[in-house]
Amino acid sequence: MTQFLSLLLNGLSLGAIYALIALGFVIIFKASEVVSFTHGSLLLLGAYSIARLSEPLGFLGAVLVGLVITALAAFLVERFIINRLRGAPVISLAIVTIGVDIILLTELIRRIGPDILNVPHPWGGESVRIGGIGITQNRLIAMIVAGLLIAAFFVAFKYSSWGVAMRASAEDGETAALMGIRQGRVSALAWVVAGVLAGVAALFLVGSPTPGVSSAVYATALRAFPAAILGGLDSTGGALVGGLLIGLAESFAAGYQENLLFLGRGFGEVVPYVVMIAVLLVRPSGLFGTKELTRV
Amino acid sequence: MLSIDSLRVTYGGAVEAVRGVTMEVPDGKVVAVLGSNGAGKSTLLRTVSGTLRLHRGRVDEGSVRFDGDVLTSRDPGQIVRQGVVQVPEGRRIFGRLTVEENLRAGGMGNRDRAAKAAAHARVHDLFPVLAERSGQRAGLLSGGEQQMLAIGRALMASPKLLLLDEPSLGLAPRIIGQIGEVIAEINRQGTSVLLVEQNATMALGVADLAYVLDVGKVSLSGPAAELARTDEVQRLYLGHGDAAETGPATRGPRRTLSRWTA
Repeated sequence: MTQFLSLLLNGLSLGAIYALIALGFVIIFKASEVVSFTHGSLLLLGAYSIARLSEPLGFLGAVLVGLVITALAAFLVERFIINRLRGAPVISLAIVTIGVDIILLTELIRRIGPDILNVPHPWGGESVRIGGIGITQNRLIAMIVAGLLIAAFFVAFKYSSWGVAMRASAEDGETAALMGIRQGRVSALAWVVAGVLAGVAALFLVGSPTPGVSSAVYATALRAFPAAILGGLDSTGGALVGGLLIGLAESFAAGYQENLLFLGRGFGEVVPYVVMIAVLLVRPSGLFGTKELTRV
Repeated sequence: MLSIDSLRVTYGGAVEAVRGVTMEVPDGKVVAVLGSNGAGKSTLLRTVSGTLRLHRGRVDEGSVRFDGDVLTSRDPGQIVRQGVVQVPEGRRIFGRLTVEENLRAGGMGNRDRAAKAAAHARVHDLFPVLAERSGQRAGLLSGGEQQMLAIGRALMASPKLLLLDEPSLGLAPRIIGQIGEVIAEINRQGTSVLLVEQNATMALGVADLAYVLDVGKVSLSGPAAELARTDEVQRLYLGHGDAAETGPATRGPRRTLSRWTA
């Protein structure tokens, strides 16, 4: 039972981090109608910046500047590539983002090399026990911060002018334009928000129990894609649920590995994709996705 | 005043949708544009609102001016801020947003807070039903209520000129009558209106001036009451006269209009 609860808690905290990434993925899709495959390398950029800057700037300064860098990178991708290709077929846009991702990823891997860069989280690698359940402080803080950020995001999405403008232009871009809503601005802001969310996710993803920043972080970040897709690409609530589901599935698959040995070792790594496929087989547009995604 | 001067618009560089249209919407008036499908009515409104590019359309010649400013080179947001706001064809309300959020979206181009508050009060005054249903998802409204929401949403931008694209489309006759009254009331409050319609009875009932568009050209124009009496309008739009006359045999090659009784 203790093991179950421990896996549950750890899965939820990992899921909260995935949810942050998936949320960014979803709002970019809603605002720009692009499936943005740049997200994995943006996240790695955030992690790399925080790790590299933490020596000269200190932890807090590095986090702030790292978030700005990630948001700025997202903003530049939107301004200089996505915005200029407005109206291009969705597939071409997706391929373009894959290209950007490969370029950015290659450069980051070159810079990181075979090393594992350390991010000096002030909370270190300690674990805490809550009623006999162990969790690293990093994951616990991640869960709290992600929870607050996600709540703040949903409040803003529901009540702020940006949220209304964003939902209006996601539903019908041309009509939103006729109302004087500037889609370019809405879309740019969505990328910036997604960049910040990815940066925050990066901060916690490279903390304990993960050893630090290496190119392996990219693979971890990629697991937020199935989270976004199984939730339904255009649903913010779906991103949250999808993130948590993937986190839990991964945690349980890793924890009960010895019972799953017939599937081979390291099954935890592919579980996100297995879950995604299983969900999509039953619900092709994801758990909360809009059935008809064709926009005319 | 909106003035459109010898406007030519093509789609994809090939299809000519508007071929040299000149028309004016004087301040404080209601101007109706009649015409069948494909006459170029929606293209005209897209040009005025600046959304032509989204449909791969282009202005080849001529200009659209509002109070002296050329609109043809502006983006839709700037045109809304100039005071020219469109209610698109088929209502196009944001069905997943609440009624109130739709109105908020409509006011996004309106930077003046006081004007926005006044516009909001005006909308609730004109359409009390929108106040009653403010928290409801707009997709759950009836067709007539959705049309009212679409008009209310456009009014949130405090327009000087309201463009309406077929507000009667798909609505019951009684509701069409109400829409006509609302248009007249909005005009009485000082907003000019450019009304594009297939329903000539309603349009000519509220309009001061009218134009008939036929395959991209103005074929008739004048005061609405006079136009309503002409044979052509009677026959083609108001459904009077001998049906045999409208048969293909008696029509010239460009006369693709058949009998449209809305």
